[in-house]
Amino acid sequence: MQHALEAWLRTAATRIHEQAPALTALDQAIGDGDHGINMDRGFAAIVAALDGLPPADPATADVAASADLLRLAGRTLISTVGGASGPLYGTGFLRAAGALAALPADAPPPTPAIVVTALEAAVTGIGALGKATTGEKTMLDALVPAAEAARAALDDGADTAAVLAAARDAAAAGAAATEPMLATKGRASYLGERSIGHRDPGATSAALLVDVLAGVVADADVAV
Amino acid sequence: MATNAPTRVKKLFNKVEDIVPESLAGLGAAHPDIVKIDAANNVVLRAGGPTPGKVGLISGGGSGHEPLHGGFVGFGMLDAAAAGNVFTSPVPDQMEAATRAVDGGAGVLHIVKNYTGDVLNFQMAAELVGGEIEVASVVTNDDVAVQDSLYTAGRRGVGVTVLVEKIAGAAAEAGRSLADVAATAVKVNGQGRSMGLALSSCIVPAAGTPTFELGDDEVEVGIGIHGEPGRRREKLASVDEMAEWLVSPIVADLGLARGDTVLAFVNGMGGTPLIELYVAFNSVARILGGQGIAIGRSLVGNYITSLEMAGFSVTLLKLDEELIRLWDSPVHTAALRWGA
Repeated sequence: MQHALEAWLRTAATRIHEQAPALTALDQAIGDGDHGINMDRGFAAIVAALDGLPPADPATADVAASADLLRLAGRTLISTVGGASGPLYGTGFLRAAGALAALPADAPPPTPAIVVTALEAAVTGIGALGKATTGEKTMLDALVPAAEAARAALDDGADTAAVLAAARDAAAAGAAATEPMLATKGRASYLGERSIGHRDPGATSAALLVDVLAGVVADADVAV
Repeated sequence: MATNAPTRVKKLFNKVEDIVPESLAGLGAAHPDIVKIDAANNVVLRAGGPTPGKVGLISGGGSGHEPLHGGFVGFGMLDAAAAGNVFTSPVPDQMEAATRAVDGGAGVLHIVKNYTGDVLNFQMAAELVGGEIEVASVVTNDDVAVQDSLYTAGRRGVGVTVLVEKIAGAAAEAGRSLADVAATAVKVNGQGRSMGLALSSCIVPAAGTPTFELGDDEVEVGIGIHGEPGRRREKLASVDEMAEWLVSPIVADLGLARGDTVLAFVNGMGGTPLIELYVAFNSVARILGGQGIAIGRSLVGNYITSLEMAGFSVTLLKLDEELIRLWDSPVHTAALRWGA
């Protein structure tokens, strides 16, 4: 059985490769025209790193294995993406790994609550590093609503697939909502009012990652 | 349906992904007396290695701004430069390698242009060597086209970066301490301002298409150095008028007054010939002369570029005796050389 997080990372790499020209086109409008290229390079490096791992032992598809995979992804993104998205996404993965690693050794198999905790840790870490919040036309406009929706679904008793489906819908809506926003962080902020009317590339790639995660978990009977 | 294989763009490269390493290899092959290339990290180092007891100076950033930064590695300027992909900040591993390579025991100064990615990646690199090597960081943010406010990522680091690297480099060569060299860099950044305009866009090689479209009779005013669009679009005007668009906000922002002396730096964005840059310098000199501001030192040429973008930027640095002395100190790099 393939670890669900590994399936997520591999599928995300494929989707990002497909969407790279579209992400780059969004970045040409309000940034410097390289977001798709950089994300594609980073996720291709993650796939190469995954290929170099020994075959996964199904018995280790637990919280510790999840933390290791997230840490590998985070370090790889920091070392290969560059720009702002490398440190930001990389930190998100590392914080999620840290949240899982902080659980006791005898923690139960990943539960919806653990997934939400990891997602929240990632989003908090990205916000702290980028000194940004929602409404500034950044990846946080997809990620913060995603974490909030996941928490709300969890409180309503949803299972992991339903928690992630809620996160996916909120991330997609959040990314779309960046279009009329005035950018106040990142390179798009240099444009002032001219940033209005363009969807943020970072929010778009963030929504894509959440979408793939929700899809992988919904499609497969796999451990998260 | 979009694809990942853009039509072959008319540029000089073998494989598009090899542009940065092959350009660095070419720099090393052309100037083996000045630089050596750490190909594993895409870092340009001084040929002679670190100078014991001297503060090490490193900078870095996305490629596509040549000769910045690799062309400024050498005596009297930088000790190392980390090259990212085109218009993309290098990653922390590269700056960590550069910092370790240039440490001569007196600490290392990071000169960082104010872009979110550059700042984050240099910050992570400084943490990676924390406790082992003393690191100070100076962020350049001289672009008056961007308002420094809560509503932006802050002013961009542009033309003044070249002047900071030269002047702080001279201070380091003179044996000053890390704190002193950093203070000199901060002073130059604080007394220098820039603004630029584009006559054309540029093509990121891997993207293959112009970053923005500009009409035949239009100019983009208030550009950065990454092909990002500017603050506003204007109709093409005389160079006297366009120089006024750039000089006036700088003079106002610096609070320059009659009797002040400046270093005037007219920089080409990569695609404008020197004949036109001197026409622009002539306009700048006339405007400053009319306000009683003296040009004590000058620099004209393509030093911090945006690939093949046509256009120019103006940087004014308010001079005093210390800065003039450091500016005049010997320098021997691939792109700047005098007195050595």
